[in-house]
Amino acid sequence: MYSEKVMDHFNNPRNVGEIENPSGVGTVGNAKCGDIMRMYFDIDEQGVIRDVKFKTFGCGAAVATSSMATELVKGKTVKEALEVTNKAVMEALDGLPPVKVHCSLLAEEAIHAALWDYAQKNHIVIEGLKEPVNDIAEKSEDEEY
Amino acid sequence: MDNLIYLDNAATTRVSEEVLNEMLPFFRETYSNPSAVYRFAGESKKAVDHARKRAAELIGANVEEIYFTGGGSESDNWALKAVAEAYSFKGKHIITSKIEHHAILHTCEYLEKQGYEVTYLDVDEEGKISLEELKAAIRPDTILISIMAANNEIGTIEPIAEIGKIAHENGVLFHTDAVQAYGHIPINVDDMNIDMLSASGHKFNGPKGIGILYIRKGVKIRSFIHGGAQERSRRAGTSNVPGIVGFGKAAQIAGETMEERVAKETALRDHLMERVLAEVPYVKLNGHRTDRLPNNVNFCFRFIEGESLLILLDQLGVCASSGSACTSGSLDPSHVLLAIGLPHEIAHGSLRITLSEETTLEDIDFVADELKKIVGRLRGMSPLYEDFVKKQK
Repeated sequence: MYSEKVMDHFNNPRNVGEIENPSGVGTVGNAKCGDIMRMYFDIDEQGVIRDVKFKTFGCGAAVATSSMATELVKGKTVKEALEVTNKAVMEALDGLPPVKVHCSLLAEEAIHAALWDYAQKNHIVIEGLKEPVNDIAEKSEDEEY
Repeated sequence: MDNLIYLDNAATTRVSEEVLNEMLPFFRETYSNPSAVYRFAGESKKAVDHARKRAAELIGANVEEIYFTGGGSESDNWALKAVAEAYSFKGKHIITSKIEHHAILHTCEYLEKQGYEVTYLDVDEEGKISLEELKAAIRPDTILISIMAANNEIGTIEPIAEIGKIAHENGVLFHTDAVQAYGHIPINVDDMNIDMLSASGHKFNGPKGIGILYIRKGVKIRSFIHGGAQERSRRAGTSNVPGIVGFGKAAQIAGETMEERVAKETALRDHLMERVLAEVPYVKLNGHRTDRLPNNVNFCFRFIEGESLLILLDQLGVCASSGSACTSGSLDPSHVLLAIGLPHEIAHGSLRITLSEETTLEDIDFVADELKKIVGRLRGMSPLYEDFVKKQK
């Protein structure tokens, strides 16, 4: 079902953990649909994400997409991180089965939620960042199975 | 596959060697259509009759009451739809339970669209229906009660004899989906007042693509498949002789070895249950502790998700299943786990292990050892576990 890259990120997830006193932290998803992702950012004065950690409750795709998402934003500026889309996460993983696409959407949401928290804490406005939607089930384009 | 530890026998079972050997001649040696006139057809016809007899014996039925079908789902569809049609003069109300297999539930939904009313009985936290609720649900226009003999996910065995008695006393037909129970636990259609019963070959070491519907003599029922005269013209189609022979042989073996197998599987099942409940924190057993299928274990592990569990088990060669949403492809976890009152996030962390007579003690101990590690690893990655630990401090 899953590509080799997905299995690699599932088996050897990058950046699992927490950050104490994070610059921004966001938790998205809901236990109802079975996927919850939390992302921690440590952002320096130049607005560069110097460290990122994550925790995920969810399936293989959920773990892999959140792991890949942390790799894609680490070392990037806030602006660059905002540009990381779910499509980029999926491509980096060599694709996901159609029924698992919504997991990548959640990973994108987790990045935005952590950035939003950072913006709120520092009373700044990040251009292009809106308050994140928590309930991913509403945003998903997937059909009902 | 090397080092395969197959623990998903509720999904399907391996055909046993004796069953396969019994089936093989009917592909290339005695391959005739049993309905034909010539002598060559004699062997096939005899074999079908013999298999039917074995299938009937396992549940104390008469030979004329056994109809071969294409499987459990077909038998369920036939039982419900044909009774609904045949008894619509009497009424249009059906009673079933919330934890039935989808072959029953979706057929009930279909019948509701045709103007039938269906009552779906609740179950308690262990998955049992309430006999009081059943009695209260029966109406003058009730034509059928369909309750499964044992649940495929949580293993709970329903009080079939008591249900049959209530149905009989109220003049209502009683059908049971015995797909997980037939061949595994003793069933007697007379003692238990069963009017119709579905079973499936591939759930007890027979082949896939063959099942039976037992229909008590005297029950009005429409034909399901029109065409030739097979199965007394009620289920036409050239007999699947190898499949039928396989079913019959598997039924015979199941009957002969049942006591011994039940004892062995129950011991292994209980050992796994005891080890996991004692050694893994925040775990819950689903289903009734003792009124459960001898080979079924079902746990919920808090703070983690089922598909991840299955992937890690799979990498060790262990095949099992889960009731999480991710494994079913829908947004909801299993309807059975929700029906027994589990909150979604707990239901997502479910694991079902179903043994076979090939499962060994070493397999069970290996699984228990590895589960501990796997659960620990997944909890280390879980935001839910993180929050829980912080709250404890």
